[in-house]
Amino acid sequence: MPDPWDDPGPTVRVSEPDRREPSVDGLGTPSTDLVPVPSDDRVDDDRLRQGDVDRWGRSESVREIARTLYDPLYRYWFRAEWDGLEHIPRHGGALLVANHAGAIPADAPAVMHGIETELGRPVYGLAEFLFRDVPVLGTLWARAGGVTAHPENAYRLLHDDHQLVLVFPEGVKGTGKLYRDRYQLRRFGRGGFVEIAMRAGVPVVPIAVVGAEESMPVVWKSPRLAKVLGVPYVPLTVNMLMFGPLGLVAYFPAKFKLRVLPPVHFDVEPDQERYSRSRVMDEADQIRGRIQDALYDMLRQRKSVWAG
Amino acid sequence: MRVLVTGIGTFWGSRIAQELETHDDVEVVVGLGTNEPVLPLERTEYVRSDSGYTILQRIVHATQVDTIVHTHLVVDSTQLSGRATHEINVIGTMNLLAAAGTAGSPVRRLVVKSSTLVYGSGRADPYVFREESVRTSPARTRVERSLLEVESFVSDFSEDNPHVTVTLLRFTNILGDHMQTPFAKALRLPAVPEILGFDPLLQFTHEDDACSALTYASRNEVPGVYNVAGDGTMPWSEVCKIVGKRRVPLPPVFTNVAAEPLRFLRVVDLPPEMLSLLRYGKGVDNARFKRAGFQYRFSSAGAVEDFARGLRLESTLGERQPAYRYERDVETFFRHSPAVVRDRE
Repeated sequence: MPDPWDDPGPTVRVSEPDRREPSVDGLGTPSTDLVPVPSDDRVDDDRLRQGDVDRWGRSESVREIARTLYDPLYRYWFRAEWDGLEHIPRHGGALLVANHAGAIPADAPAVMHGIETELGRPVYGLAEFLFRDVPVLGTLWARAGGVTAHPENAYRLLHDDHQLVLVFPEGVKGTGKLYRDRYQLRRFGRGGFVEIAMRAGVPVVPIAVVGAEESMPVVWKSPRLAKVLGVPYVPLTVNMLMFGPLGLVAYFPAKFKLRVLPPVHFDVEPDQERYSRSRVMDEADQIRGRIQDALYDMLRQRKSVWAG
Repeated sequence: MRVLVTGIGTFWGSRIAQELETHDDVEVVVGLGTNEPVLPLERTEYVRSDSGYTILQRIVHATQVDTIVHTHLVVDSTQLSGRATHEINVIGTMNLLAAAGTAGSPVRRLVVKSSTLVYGSGRADPYVFREESVRTSPARTRVERSLLEVESFVSDFSEDNPHVTVTLLRFTNILGDHMQTPFAKALRLPAVPEILGFDPLLQFTHEDDACSALTYASRNEVPGVYNVAGDGTMPWSEVCKIVGKRRVPLPPVFTNVAAEPLRFLRVVDLPPEMLSLLRYGKGVDNARFKRAGFQYRFSSAGAVEDFARGLRLESTLGERQPAYRYERDVETFFRHSPAVVRDRE
């Protein structure tokens, strides 16, 4: 709606050096209130803060503890190995897009940990809002860099804060799929991630992850139980069959290989109201195709699930 | 400039009237309210009215005010019953807009005080709301519903009356020495409630900023909807830390049921709106009002810090009684008696 009610935009503007220019308040009297100062939303009064939780709920100190705890798992259990890290920009926002697998996916922490330790840049991981309802865990998840997957959040992180944002467009369709469908990418949502990257004016960096599928394979799931419990899926994993309830946290030591593909830049004007649906779907499909191809290639080269 | 301020019987209204009085270009300030002014006022004319503001049309016509500052909207559901809230918010605003919108009405500017409660607070929400953001769940509480209704009236009014500059300000969790908001009340307790396992990000506005925002909007041409909030969000645990209070957890399930005995025993009344804020938190984008030229004095952390200072002083001196009481005869004497020498240089 092109209505002044919706967006009046900047109404009071004082033209440059002359600070005494009469304002447009209809009074003709200069008012000191009207001199706008260059303001930055993100600059907080740091002196007064007594914690390091940013506006996304992430805390670098919590994140550091998480990294320390996770590092042995990452290094000696999954033995994560990266390829093409140079494709991840050192500065500026970028949307990292990866495939998603495993009943309780091990790929998200692996990607976040890897990039944070290798590049020294924070990564914000987008996930379902389910976490926000869980006491304690939800708070820890947020402190460790988890952000609710809302287009507005993603846009702000990428556009205003110039951060790296990790997203799994397959969502729960990826993690909930059965082992027999391993490395078969699900639908990439409705291409919303492409639209956000376009709007924010940032590239999409596709990442192909091998290993998460075998770390916690789903052999069976109960849609009925899931419906009753109000969760996306209730899986039965090989881990649970072998270790019982402990299987919820006991991953198999599958070798993790992560390949970063060249960034995809969209040659479009940022901050548009809408982008062509067909273009968005097309780009999303192409990115999906590239990750799928990379996965096939990596699997062709893989000699052993455990040794890589 | 001739201004009418509603809700003169609240801290908001009195404070705005006080600020407007100091400006020479403000010829007349008429304060309308169900109660007497709570702060000493120099030249504001106080008119008592019922909560539905039925006499407003006559006042507007008689005083020929060009600006109306509508501060009398209830955003704290602990203050009044749902019915009274509806009466004040919805019916009051309806009458006010009717008076301002009649043919030949002198009103050219309308400033309305709303709240970021209109966005709600839920799990599917973005962390930062813009003015255009729509809420993700329907409003369930009375206050939220009434505010949404008020906002839609105001929006219609602005559409129907293009010659009137309409400004709607949405305020966020105000803290200060004088204003009794649910958050201020909670932080005054010896131990502050939280919901176990949740540590939401919250944003605060200092009461001084809140009042100057309204004054700014009534004295400048800033049409549209604006969020008003200090910069930055911070976790509730950190807020309590700055204020120097311990926290007592409420259970994460059946929180509302658990809050009931506290309500009943008058320990603290945690309205449902506040409980969802203590669970999910909420942030708003304040950039638009800054672009319109407004300058904040306090960030969120600054507002909390200043509130903590006020609390420390209060704990030393004890709770102070309001220093001012409105006396009709005295006020009338000073304003209208020929014995008083006015306009003295």
